[in-house]
Amino acid sequence: MLNRYETVFIMTPVLSDDQVKEAVKKYKDLIAKKGGKVVHEEKWGLKKLAYPIQKKSTGFYHLLEFEVEGAVIKPYEVAFKRDERILRFLTVKLEKHSLAYAEKRRKNRKAAQEAKKAEKTEDKA
Amino acid sequence: MATNSEIRYLTPIAVDTKKKKYCRFKKSGIKYIDYKDADFLMKFVNEQGKILPRRLTGTSLKYQKKVSQAIKRARHIALMPYVGDLLK
Repeated sequence: MLNRYETVFIMTPVLSDDQVKEAVKKYKDLIAKKGGKVVHEEKWGLKKLAYPIQKKSTGFYHLLEFEVEGAVIKPYEVAFKRDERILRFLTVKLEKHSLAYAEKRRKNRKAAQEAKKAEKTEDKA
Repeated sequence: MATNSEIRYLTPIAVDTKKKKYCRFKKSGIKYIDYKDADFLMKFVNEQGKILPRRLTGTSLKYQKKVSQAIKRARHIALMPYVGDLLK
């Protein structure tokens, strides 16, 4: 049975933009390889950490929402643990209420982005 | 000669009437508390970043558990501090 999961992970701030993209791609490919599919992703960018982790005070945040078999999660998390680029990660299973919330959040973000875009084009015009 | 019993007030004296606390999640029908929304969760911690007890916030037991779970998750991914000073 496919379950919906959500993973937030923090990458070290020493990475370049391309390296960040590559790391994210690795984890998206990993899901695809295990027969899952990425439903949604959010790039939060470089954020300040509330407390230092591995002596670093900032990190690249990324969120992946995906559908996958439950047994895949363990090897998936092992991959995070082995990766030195990852400072922290958190995987959460989404149930009825959190799923509804995630959907709403996605819609809101989309609306906000479109509003931003519209604003920009207005500025140009 | 006015004795105490003769004193009359025009308006009733303001005695501290306790406002009934309520659970904001029950009231507004919030079902899921997001760990990613650190600004919202900040309402449920004190200046040191400690989780406030139910007796102060009025949250029902069901949602207090969810609030604390969300705060702990937020702490793990460094959106909220484990310990802090003068957060507010």
